[in-house]
Amino acid sequence: MTADVPARQGVPLHLDRTTFSYGETSLAFDVEFPAGEITAVMGPSGSGKSTLLNLVAGFETPLSGNVLIDGRDFSSASPFERPVSMVFQENNLFAHLDVFSNVGLGISPSLALTPRDHKAIADALARTGLAGKEKRLPRELSGGERQRVALARALVRDRPVLLLDEPFASLGPALREDMLDLVAAVQTERKMTTLFVTHQPEDARHVAAHVVFLENGTVAAAGKARDFFSSNGPAAFRRYAGAMNER
Amino acid sequence: MSRQPAHPVALRDTRIVAGIAALAFVAVLIGGAFLGLVIESAGDFSGAAAAFDSYLFRVVRFTLWQAALSTALSVVSALFVARALSRHPVFFGRSFILQLFAIPLALPAIVAALGVLALYGRAGYFAGLLTTVGGENWPGVYGLSGILVAHVFFNLPLCVRLFLEALQTVPADQWRLASQLGMSTRPAFRFIEWPALRQALPGVAGLVFMLCITSFTIVLILGGGPRATTLEVAIYQALRFDFDPARAVALTLLQILLTFAVVALLSRLGANTAAESGLSVAPRRYLSIGRSETILNALLVMLALLFVGGPMMATIAAGLQSDLARLAGERAVHLAVATSAALALLSALLATILSVSLAMARRGLATERGRKNRGPLLEYLIDTGAGFVLVVPPIVIGAGWFLALRHVGSVFAIAPVMVVAVNAIMAMPFALRAIRPAYDAASERHERLCAQLGITGWARLRLIDWPVLRRPLATAFAFAMALSLGDLGVIALFGSDTLQTLPYLLLARMGSYRTADAAGLALLLGLVCFALILLADRLGKERSL
Repeated sequence: MTADVPARQGVPLHLDRTTFSYGETSLAFDVEFPAGEITAVMGPSGSGKSTLLNLVAGFETPLSGNVLIDGRDFSSASPFERPVSMVFQENNLFAHLDVFSNVGLGISPSLALTPRDHKAIADALARTGLAGKEKRLPRELSGGERQRVALARALVRDRPVLLLDEPFASLGPALREDMLDLVAAVQTERKMTTLFVTHQPEDARHVAAHVVFLENGTVAAAGKARDFFSSNGPAAFRRYAGAMNER
Repeated sequence: MSRQPAHPVALRDTRIVAGIAALAFVAVLIGGAFLGLVIESAGDFSGAAAAFDSYLFRVVRFTLWQAALSTALSVVSALFVARALSRHPVFFGRSFILQLFAIPLALPAIVAALGVLALYGRAGYFAGLLTTVGGENWPGVYGLSGILVAHVFFNLPLCVRLFLEALQTVPADQWRLASQLGMSTRPAFRFIEWPALRQALPGVAGLVFMLCITSFTIVLILGGGPRATTLEVAIYQALRFDFDPARAVALTLLQILLTFAVVALLSRLGANTAAESGLSVAPRRYLSIGRSETILNALLVMLALLFVGGPMMATIAAGLQSDLARLAGERAVHLAVATSAALALLSALLATILSVSLAMARRGLATERGRKNRGPLLEYLIDTGAGFVLVVPPIVIGAGWFLALRHVGSVFAIAPVMVVAVNAIMAMPFALRAIRPAYDAASERHERLCAQLGITGWARLRLIDWPVLRRPLATAFAFAMALSLGDLGVIALFGSDTLQTLPYLLLARMGSYRTADAAGLALLLGLVCFALILLADRLGKERSL
């Protein structure tokens, strides 16, 4: 299980020679993500960003290789057994359950909550700016608020790895920046090893310390965000970012 | 590296276990019936062989002939009526007509048959008029003509709705284009409407043919006699009147062969057997329609309306004329109502449980397959298992068990179990259609989330699936209950003085020429089924999310 992994100092995450195939496409990842920091995972559509996250989260099982979290192999563990929280682009919430229950499910999958859990949920909601909205249903929330609920749930789950799969892609620029600030702030407190998939170079620049750039199902470049966004960053990444800017 | 062995797929997901259980239930019910038939024919093969006489071939010929005629009449007239309705997307009473056309689907066959008799029978409302016109005493619509009228009553509205749906798939832009090009009625039909209709034609015709070839109640009541008997009715007569098991086996095997041949043919034609349609009534009016065509269309729609509405009105009128107060006080009626209600409730419950198990298992397997290439056979079985049930007529299942059980003890002692079980699996494909899309859509949204948060088993059922499925489940339940309430298939075989449902009592009253009683009971049965279908429709349309 998960509790024996200390949460506050960050754990290293290593995809150790993992391979995977999707019909015709085959993917191979061999990459390490620095403990307790935010790494932006970037790359063109179909380059394997979501698959990489799914391998870490346990929604896909690698054909070979290992998913090492803090040195332990989780390759064949079910998603729930992994020390991982994930925020998807959409459908993060159960539409028929209110905000409180949606967050509470992060603590107990049968919603058996103690008074201490209630307190933890209230704290997480306050931290994500959702105080007073406990009884709202997802349809009564804005798109940004819904993603805040998902973040609040990740907070109460308190697992050392956080995966963000384009969570703010459907939000406007100003709102997106707010959310990024929230992620950065939470990250500083919790020291979660965070993988952040995004298409927006400026988002990556805003919060990420590192960048992993994927192309054709494999890691084309990896390094510090500073270096990536400088004028002599990796050529493949500059081509991609340049194409993005021209759009 | 040590790697934990993954649990076998089937055991990790309780949903798949539930699906396997449901499938096993269906397999035992159908397999048991087949086993009964095989044992019976193996014991006395010469008898079964001897049953292949000229009478039997006449029955087969009539079965096919009436189905072909019914299909042709329903489909051809429906083409014209559907086109007429689609040409006039807005007029007073249009949505009423469409709603009226949905009713026959919900009406028990025995009620419809009585409605047809009340209108066109020898003592029907039209008898006087028809006698005057014909010049001699109107003989009534028994035999082929009666069967055809009843089949068209059932299937014309269904075809109209399906064809109308096909016409509505024509993009609005095509109509805009047509009006810009100044297409008149004829080219518009040729280039726009006919291609859409032709695409739907094999599927619709196949469905109707299948429904007519397995039609039991209508043939039993309106046909009968050696000249107008279908295989299903002959099976019933062989078991209940002649008690000739060898003949029953021969007939049943033929019926199975016939339905399988038809289904095989249909699947090659690409028929879809989904009978329900959600019609949108979006008005669309780009073509100007001439006066003469408008009149013709109005006439067509009017005729169809009278044809479909007539037997319904007759059912109501004849029912109201009967001595309803006395019927309501009768002990036999009370008993039949209680029996019907109990059996239908149980059967609807069973149908719903089976359907939800299959829907969940199918989804669970599809999710698994997304990750690993495992269990395609099981998924295929669960997928087609439900549809397969439609191919095996209830009379056949009933006959198989009837033959098998008579060696063990009293056939009639196990009657309630048979009625509940067979009616449940007959309703299952319809229940599944209400449940599966809702469950799949919910699962699409929730699957990864549940896996991530570890929400499984009972907690998942209670917190995630139940709130989403409540309405579709209620829809499926009400629909299954209506189907079971009105069914006369299995109960005709297994019914007795100690086990009488409403349709069975109705049949008994007809048999003893208490026509007024029958009409009163038909009204009651028709109203209850109609109310249930209305409820199912309501629940199905409102979305809680």
